[in-house]
Amino acid sequence: MTVALFLIAGLMLGSAGVALLLRNLIHSALLLVASWAGVAAFYLWAGAEFVAFAQILVYVGAISMVVLFAVLLTRQGLEISRPVEPDAQWRAFSAITVGACLAAVLGSAILSTKLPAATATAPTLSVKDTGLELMNHHGAALLIVGLILTVALLGATVLAATDKPQKTEDAA
Amino acid sequence: MTLTAQHLWLIPALPLLVAAVGAFSRHRGIALAAIFAMAGSFVLSCLALAGALQNPAAHAVFNFAWFDLGTGALRLGFLLDPLTALMCVMVTFVGTLIFTFSLGYMKEDKNFSRFFCFLSFFAAAMLGLLIANSLLLLFICWELVGLASYLLIGFWFHKPSAAAAAKKAFLTTRIGDLGLLLGLLWLSEAGGSLLFFDNGQGVLETATLAALSGQTLACCGLALSTAIGLLIFCGAVGKSGQFPLHVWLPDAMEGPTPVSALIHAATMVAAGVFLVARVYPLMSADAVLAAVPVHALTVVAFIGAITALMGALIACAQNDIKRVLAFSTVSQLGYMMLALGVGSWTAAIFHLLTHAFFKALLFLGAGSVIHAAHHEQDIRQLGGLRTRLKITFATFAVGMMALSGVPFLFSGFWSKEGILHAAHGWHVSHLPLYAALAAVVLTAFYMSRLVAETFFGKPRSHAADHAHENSAVMTVPLVVLAVCAVLLGFLGTPAYPWLQATLAGEAVHADFGHLLEGGGLMFLSIGLVGSGLGLGWRLYGKKLRQTAEAHDPLSTAAPSVMAALANRLGFDELYAATVGHLNDLLASLADKLDRYVIGGLVNFIGLVGLFSGSVNRQFDEDNLNGGFDAASDGIRGTGRVYSKTQTGEAHGYLRVIAVAFIVLVLVLSLSMGGAR
Amino acid sequence: MSSLHLCLLISSALFCIGLTGALARSNTILVLLGIELMLNAANINFIAFWRFGPSPAPASGVIFVLFSIAVAAAEAAVGLALIIAVYRHQKSVRLQDATCLKG
Repeated sequence: MTVALFLIAGLMLGSAGVALLLRNLIHSALLLVASWAGVAAFYLWAGAEFVAFAQILVYVGAISMVVLFAVLLTRQGLEISRPVEPDAQWRAFSAITVGACLAAVLGSAILSTKLPAATATAPTLSVKDTGLELMNHHGAALLIVGLILTVALLGATVLAATDKPQKTEDAA
Repeated sequence: MTLTAQHLWLIPALPLLVAAVGAFSRHRGIALAAIFAMAGSFVLSCLALAGALQNPAAHAVFNFAWFDLGTGALRLGFLLDPLTALMCVMVTFVGTLIFTFSLGYMKEDKNFSRFFCFLSFFAAAMLGLLIANSLLLLFICWELVGLASYLLIGFWFHKPSAAAAAKKAFLTTRIGDLGLLLGLLWLSEAGGSLLFFDNGQGVLETATLAALSGQTLACCGLALSTAIGLLIFCGAVGKSGQFPLHVWLPDAMEGPTPVSALIHAATMVAAGVFLVARVYPLMSADAVLAAVPVHALTVVAFIGAITALMGALIACAQNDIKRVLAFSTVSQLGYMMLALGVGSWTAAIFHLLTHAFFKALLFLGAGSVIHAAHHEQDIRQLGGLRTRLKITFATFAVGMMALSGVPFLFSGFWSKEGILHAAHGWHVSHLPLYAALAAVVLTAFYMSRLVAETFFGKPRSHAADHAHENSAVMTVPLVVLAVCAVLLGFLGTPAYPWLQATLAGEAVHADFGHLLEGGGLMFLSIGLVGSGLGLGWRLYGKKLRQTAEAHDPLSTAAPSVMAALANRLGFDELYAATVGHLNDLLASLADKLDRYVIGGLVNFIGLVGLFSGSVNRQFDEDNLNGGFDAASDGIRGTGRVYSKTQTGEAHGYLRVIAVAFIVLVLVLSLSMGGAR
Repeated sequence: MSSLHLCLLISSALFCIGLTGALARSNTILVLLGIELMLNAANINFIAFWRFGPSPAPASGVIFVLFSIAVAAAEAAVGLALIIAVYRHQKSVRLQDATCLKG
């Protein structure tokens, strides 16, 4: 049980950490997908199957595709060949410092907190129950989320669409 | 089956409906609708007449509250008596015929439907005027009639002369209407009501009349009823083209000829006579008083006499066929006023009715001539139409004889005899009678001149030479009117004065002994008519005009007199020199007042404003601005400092958030730890 | 140390990795992905408390995560579209180049 958790955590944290170290964007993106898959595995391990599959569908399936497209659309030359700027070094140092401080603070806070004991039996939640719950108690929220997604879709399309007349104007 | 006073509104409603539809449609079918509406109104008027004849002496009224005003209600009403009913029948009958004639006359006009819309609107307003039982309703319709007249005189508004004539007619009648309005207001104030008949409360009923004639004005000694009556008579003077407001009527001939026939000969101009006849009890209320300086009716009689003589004189020197008829109308309306003034209002209405028919006939005949001769109106250019326009000539001759008063057969003779008879019996003065007798000669003279110049001899222009008789739609109304112009006279002969008796609400007795009553006067007038006709024939008929340019025999004999008459005795110039000049003077005075007095005041106030503004600005610049400048400099400096923190770099923001979060957690855990 | 402690430690580690990435990297896409990681760490917390905590409403943790994922999807879509729009405008995906909101 705990072994599985450690394995999952290793996958999740390791791929995330390496992803943020690599200079190749494509590799970084693919490793982040692996990290999201690890999160999905964690959900499975914790018994929230429906959430796990939602995570796989949304992150591993959809967002990763969008990220890859964004990377390809914005690629300009090979980033590896670029020398590391001194500015970037300073920024990386400060970032690691802040991250480490936060990790220390959070870790000490968690470890010093007495958390209530776990329930005897793990809660079970069938997909049917989840559906009923969503439709009954959270119907309004579900509708609003649908609306948000639609608006986001439209907004993303509008933002990403090329502005033809302006381009000809620029050319002229 | 009869029409009661309550449903009298149906008579004007029919043409009004057509006018309303015509206002929104350009369909030519409006014309037929208008004719059928007039015919329908004619049938309704006949029913109303049948109702009125059941009890001629009664005044059937239907009064209703228009709207509440303060403590009382403004009341209007309908009145049904023989006068109303006969006038309605006349207007609708003549109207139907003239509408039909217009169908042919206006056939080529591109505003055909608009013309019929206006005509229907006029008919509705005129009929509304006739059925009114309230001076206010009468006044409203009176003004609507004036508006319709304005629209129709200016129907060919692209002609500058027509537009000017319309304006002149409107403004001139407005002068009279102002008097009518003042009289109306005064009557409302003094009499307490504007209803004619209202169960003893109306202004034409004994109680109010006695009250009105009982009061005397301090300033001039006139009875109150005289003053109000004279003001109301002002309206009639304007509308009926009486001296001195007659100048608009001849100019109104710029409108299409059917309009001249309907409005400016047969019906609307008679509205003034109708008005005086309607308020006749008010006008004559002062007759019982001996001590007043002047009676209202005396003024009416003298105005009528002057108008009758003057119109006839000017008519002798006009060369436009329609203008001759127009001045003839002025003259005949003068006759009617004369009859009213000398106390025989029934004779006036009788003459009004007969005149409506034969003058409509003459105008339509003139329209037929004009239409056939391609809009040539100058009688010097016409001539020889007798053989070319046979029906028109025959009917025009009937109208001419009716107007001239050819004895026994024609209606004009009988109605004119009634007026002369009444004038003879007037105890105040015989001057009006002499004026009327002179007008008789002149009328016969100018009519024979008109007929001789237009119909006899040789055609003196190309247009006259190629004239052809018009279609049946135009000739049939002429024939019908000619028949009426003959037959109508027998309604009011002295032997059987049905019309006069009915109007006065009396019983009728047939008595052929009366036929030659006042025989001397009758034979005198017959002689005068004969001499007028003979003189006309001698001057114009025996030696016919050969060319259009040939001199008029009278002009060669007395050039200055004829020139003055042709110039309409210079009334237009007189008014331009007096009223117009005065108006100009006042306007320039007002201009000076505006420019120098009021303008100076405005400029002075403006200068004061400018001065105080400059003082204010000086104060602002010296004292206030320093403080504001310092404050805004401070704000700008602070903003500059704070804007340094906004680097625009997302990394920086994120870092600040993270550090702040760490600090927050630390502070919280330390404080919680301390608490624990 | 209970499972709950372990899960929380894992999630905070993921959060810190995400934060460090977002702060360190200059490519805007990676900054966005770091923020996505932080969001995932929060979701892990929800599931951990749902699984191991004394939960009064049995489904609330799961439902919350579902909505969170939906909103994250919307955010990612709009964010990446923004990145493409900015790139088209500035010909660069470096976050420090986009400073036109500077005061």
